[in-house]
Amino acid sequence: MSEKKELLSGICLGSFGVYVAFEALKLPYVSEFGPGPGFFPLWIGIGLTLLSLLLIVASLFASTAPENSKSQSRTAIGRALVGWSGLMLAIGLLHWLGFGLSLALLAVFLILALERRSPWVAISVAFGLALGFHAIFVLALGLSLPAGPWGF
Amino acid sequence: MESIGNLLLGFSVALTPGNLFWCFVGVFLGTVVGILPGLGPAATIAMLLPLTFKMDHTAAIIMLAGIYYGSKYGGSTTSILLNVPGESASVVTCLDGYQMARQGRAGPALGIAAIASFVAGTVGVIGLMLIAPPVARFALRFGPPEYFALMALGLTMVVFLAGKSMIKGLLALFVGLWLAGVGTDLFTAESRFTFGQMELLDGIDFVIVSIGIFAVAEVMVNMESRGGTELFKVPKGIRNLMPTLKDLKDCRFAFLNGSVIGFLIGVLPGAGSTIASFLSYGAEKAFSRHPEKFGTGVIEGVAAPEGANNSETGGALVPLLTLGIPGSNATAILLAALILWGIKPGPLLIQDNPGMFWGLVTSMYVGNVMLLVLNLPLVPLFAQILRVPYFVLYPGILGISIVGVYSISNSLFDVWLLGLFGLLGYAMRKLDFPAAPLVLGMVLGDGLERALRQSLMMSEGHLSVLVTRPLSTTMICLALAILIMPLVNKVRFFRLKAMEQDV
Repeated sequence: MSEKKELLSGICLGSFGVYVAFEALKLPYVSEFGPGPGFFPLWIGIGLTLLSLLLIVASLFASTAPENSKSQSRTAIGRALVGWSGLMLAIGLLHWLGFGLSLALLAVFLILALERRSPWVAISVAFGLALGFHAIFVLALGLSLPAGPWGF
Repeated sequence: MESIGNLLLGFSVALTPGNLFWCFVGVFLGTVVGILPGLGPAATIAMLLPLTFKMDHTAAIIMLAGIYYGSKYGGSTTSILLNVPGESASVVTCLDGYQMARQGRAGPALGIAAIASFVAGTVGVIGLMLIAPPVARFALRFGPPEYFALMALGLTMVVFLAGKSMIKGLLALFVGLWLAGVGTDLFTAESRFTFGQMELLDGIDFVIVSIGIFAVAEVMVNMESRGGTELFKVPKGIRNLMPTLKDLKDCRFAFLNGSVIGFLIGVLPGAGSTIASFLSYGAEKAFSRHPEKFGTGVIEGVAAPEGANNSETGGALVPLLTLGIPGSNATAILLAALILWGIKPGPLLIQDNPGMFWGLVTSMYVGNVMLLVLNLPLVPLFAQILRVPYFVLYPGILGISIVGVYSISNSLFDVWLLGLFGLLGYAMRKLDFPAAPLVLGMVLGDGLERALRQSLMMSEGHLSVLVTRPLSTTMICLALAILIMPLVNKVRFFRLKAMEQDV
């Protein structure tokens, strides 16, 4: 399992290294002032590719370890990705609803969908967080946070 | 004798009730902005600058400097408690500080951060007082090849941050170096890897990446199980919330290491406290009797970087006050303040304004004592944050992360990037890639490329310029030695194993 993960990451990073090197080749390697903008990224791309090859080779020759009983289940990763999707949704709503409301909705989502607490707990926490953030960052520190149609 | 006279003059200025009051205001504001992500010392000093026009200039510089070094004290708090680096110099503190919090040792971690900050901050001020002019002249001998060698030396810290697999550590480092290069090339104004996004022309701020791969990824890992894993144990009783005598004894070399490395890096304009904290952490691990425990919640892993980032402030004031060269955003604004008040920083500052110079230096001793007295009693209070239920803590951490990132340049694009780097950090955790080398690459990448290209321009393309100057040659040799060290250890390990089998 661990070797498969290493092989996969080696292939992904190797492809990324090749992409970086190819993109760097489109930039001038030398400019009239000396090394050009493509100089450094080209070597980074080459380094990434070579290191990825090493990782792939190491994963191919590694002895297969027994399946770890603690290996991450799909459910666990699924839960983390659901939480992350909630965060991305809240970020998408920042422009439309403002920071306070988006954070409150994120809190409600995480508490209801992932933690399965009662709606009252979710609403209380969401309200408290939105109010606390507004008091500390907007009122006390004077930071400008994304505001919705209601001005917060 | 002259030093004692100067010190007495300084204390006679710093200990007046008015200056003591402004010193307290400065260090208090500094602690607050350090704890809360979103408002760094540079922005706070800039905001308060107009208010200082009617103030006595000595009182004003004492207050502004107080904000600067006070913020370094507060920066570690969110790193230790929430894995959210309050500022860039506190990223390394996350590595062991947060692990200590998970083991129920948040109190000792916060306490040792305050004590290390006090010890190293005071050493930095002593350095500023005693050796400012000669050290500043030495720093001027640093040209692009020396800066390249210093950055290369910094990159070798990957050896100490890589964890189990050096290949994975190096891969993370290279990704960090690539990220540092995204944006407009400063030499030719050509855009690189911007994917047609205007927002990427300025590059990617290092704080976005750090908060994403540390804080957001940590929250995601904890969301995996319902009810969260049991993260935050807070022992009862004040005695259990403070560092023990053994902790202090364990940290004695970390205090020294942080103080010396922080001050020396601070003197170099542009190097900065983030590099100081990485180098100090690497040095502490390299000379530790138990290097394998670093990253699992070792108290020296908190003391060394926290000490370094505070001692760095004393060092950073050396080129500012003696040469008029600012080394960071915050010191650049302090320079602007001095110029706006009609004071010319440079070699004549000490001669023309002895009261201000020595008053500032001695106020930093006083300010460091104030910070220790202010911060230590707050440790038990801050540790209680960890008693907050996880279902409140997670959205709270995500909210703090969004505020911290958005306030860098009021850009929603940066917040989207935060989400993406959070996912990257989570993937790195799942695939056992260490996060610290990626951050190291991002911190050093820009400076490394600039110094290398300037060096090659100086030498018309000859790489020999990097190894023909004594300072750069010494640092490059040191860097090579650090890189070779793990290989030598590995060979020795296999030899011993072979000998055991023979027996």
